[in-house]
Amino acid sequence: MDYNLTHLKELESESIFILREVASQFENPVLLFSGGKDSIVCLHLARKAFYPANVPFTLLHVDTGHNFPEAIEFRDLLVEKYNLRLVVASVQDAIDKGVVVEEKGYNASRNRLQTVPLLEAIESNKFDAAIGGARRDEEKARAKERFFSHRDEFGQWDPKNQRAELWNLFNGKKHMGEHFRVFPISNWTEMDVWQYIFQEQIELPELYFSHKRRVFERDGQWLAECDYIPRKPHEEVVEKIVRFRTVGDMTCTGAVESIASSLEDIIQEVASSRTTERGTRADDKRSEAAMEDRKKQGYF
Amino acid sequence: MSTENFDRNGYLNMELLRFTTAGSVDDGKSTLIGRLLYDSKSIFQDQMEAIEKASIQKGEEQVNLALLTDGLRSEREQGITIDVAYRYFSTPKRKFIIADTPGHIQYTRNMVTGASTANLAIILVDARKGIVEQTHRHSFIASLLQIPHIVVCINKMDLADWDQETYENIVAEYKAFASRLKVKDISFIPISALKGDNVVTRSENMSWYDGPTLLYLLETIHIGSDHNHIDCRFPVQTVIRPQKTEFHDYRGFAGRIASGVFKKGDKVMALPSGFTSNIKSIDTFDGELDQAFAPMSVTITLEDEIDISRGDMLVRENNVPQISQDIELMICWMSEKPLVLNGKYALLHTSKECRCIIKDIKYKIDINTLHRNESDRTIGLNDIGRISIRTTAPLFFDSYSKNRITGSIIIIDEATNETVGAGMII
Repeated sequence: MDYNLTHLKELESESIFILREVASQFENPVLLFSGGKDSIVCLHLARKAFYPANVPFTLLHVDTGHNFPEAIEFRDLLVEKYNLRLVVASVQDAIDKGVVVEEKGYNASRNRLQTVPLLEAIESNKFDAAIGGARRDEEKARAKERFFSHRDEFGQWDPKNQRAELWNLFNGKKHMGEHFRVFPISNWTEMDVWQYIFQEQIELPELYFSHKRRVFERDGQWLAECDYIPRKPHEEVVEKIVRFRTVGDMTCTGAVESIASSLEDIIQEVASSRTTERGTRADDKRSEAAMEDRKKQGYF
Repeated sequence: MSTENFDRNGYLNMELLRFTTAGSVDDGKSTLIGRLLYDSKSIFQDQMEAIEKASIQKGEEQVNLALLTDGLRSEREQGITIDVAYRYFSTPKRKFIIADTPGHIQYTRNMVTGASTANLAIILVDARKGIVEQTHRHSFIASLLQIPHIVVCINKMDLADWDQETYENIVAEYKAFASRLKVKDISFIPISALKGDNVVTRSENMSWYDGPTLLYLLETIHIGSDHNHIDCRFPVQTVIRPQKTEFHDYRGFAGRIASGVFKKGDKVMALPSGFTSNIKSIDTFDGELDQAFAPMSVTITLEDEIDISRGDMLVRENNVPQISQDIELMICWMSEKPLVLNGKYALLHTSKECRCIIKDIKYKIDINTLHRNESDRTIGLNDIGRISIRTTAPLFFDSYSKNRITGSIIIIDEATNETVGAGMII
């Protein structure tokens, strides 16, 4: 008998362990769910971790109002299928109430604005742990994240003063009003996620597979034509065969030209890709420390 | 990995190797990591462009691969690595997780953190300088944390005229020093991280070396025996009780196997109660299993109804761990507030949480000379020492050298909730 696990089995086991720690150490954990592949994988892992019981987490979606409609549809489908509880925190509501101000100009994005409704939802629902699908390979500030990442009473991340994380001992102790962000798939790469989706045959929104779409070019990215992005005069809309490598806001998520229409095609494409998936995200390109700055304030 | 040799089944069957690299600013650690990532095609175009841009902004002449690993603004400003960073790359054979830890003396806590989950440690030695104090420190920590494999890379061979004798002398000196450590497996490789010799491709400049390249070693080193498959230990994380009619009486004990192999039908004993029962089923979402082994996450059900909850442990009757409230350990201190003799702290061990009191501080270790200092017993930030504690409830434990999971604890300051100590049970 060979007592070796494949890398995917070992990663899965680690993530299930983390999710069970969350359920045991916290009173009211929530799973941040965007309808993107990483949060879909987290949900799948949560179903595995507590089988045959139901997933013991509420889902929280921060709705920017600028989502891809396909992602929202998919979210609602999953919620119904697995009998989950969904809380939606709305950026539009926050704008209407005047707690955040919409950015102006051609590159206006609601990405940054998500932090306020996210923290408000955590506070008003008394969530004490928010599980997210962020991975350390995505971005250099995320490479420094812990599995259990402490947030102070303002929801802030202090990267220079993080708790040491040793062996498989996770310290979720906190004071009143503080919370944790937990990242069960920290050690997965984009490739691992795709391999796992293939291995487990996990359903995804159609956005990830090649399709015809009306797009226009801006700063070397193909952006989807939609009501939320004002176009400059020279920005011409063309029809392309594209797919999305990540699913964020329509305003900051670029499409890639691709004919990958199956999971196997996508795995081939990821394997030969010369850019990271965050390379399609305008929100990370604002400055070298764009992610670190957003994370310190309480972003995902 | 190129598209041409993409083998789906091969890729799905890769193993996982976690390793740590320790080194200081100028021994070429970042260059080595950069080289491994670059030559295995794991640095992407947009990452490369980003660091090229940052290097130019900083007025540097060459692309600074260290900028890849220094993720925080303050790290880039100061040009030093403050915190453990995790890097990932893979070859068709294995997926690798690198815990990249800073080597300065004040960051011992980060080295310990990175080492705690590693199967292998790369220790870098500058061929021109030979074994230095820092080499001792890194090796001692690797040995203390019981990393099963150590690879000593004698780097900058290009600046030492690719000289075999220089290499042999360093190897001999290291072996003499390492005889005082508890390390199971040590390998030596002469490399030039800058030029790439013996990192991914064989060196043409050192034809006298007939061992493996670093990457080949990382891909092939035997890690199958790194897990303990003998002593059955199953710390219970949570009890699964579905409130569903079809699983009305279901009570499953969920956890990750710390060590050993559990089989359906096995007689097991629950600690601390001492009650025994047989394993009725080993359940997963994907179906029942006949057996499960470390580090699998499973749910175990038993034939008999016995009271078991989080913090308890399933073991075999004829192979039980030590059970005691008085525990001896080596501690690495991680807080600026020194360890307080007779102080009380919270403690985590497997899935169990309790409190403890520091009964005795026996000695402090000089991590450069391994000298045991019994006169200065102040354990401050980054110090390592031997202590005795008494816990509020009995722990079920093994010595750390036998079992890295059931032999490790963390100590938490009850006022700040911070993790202040990492303990290895003797």
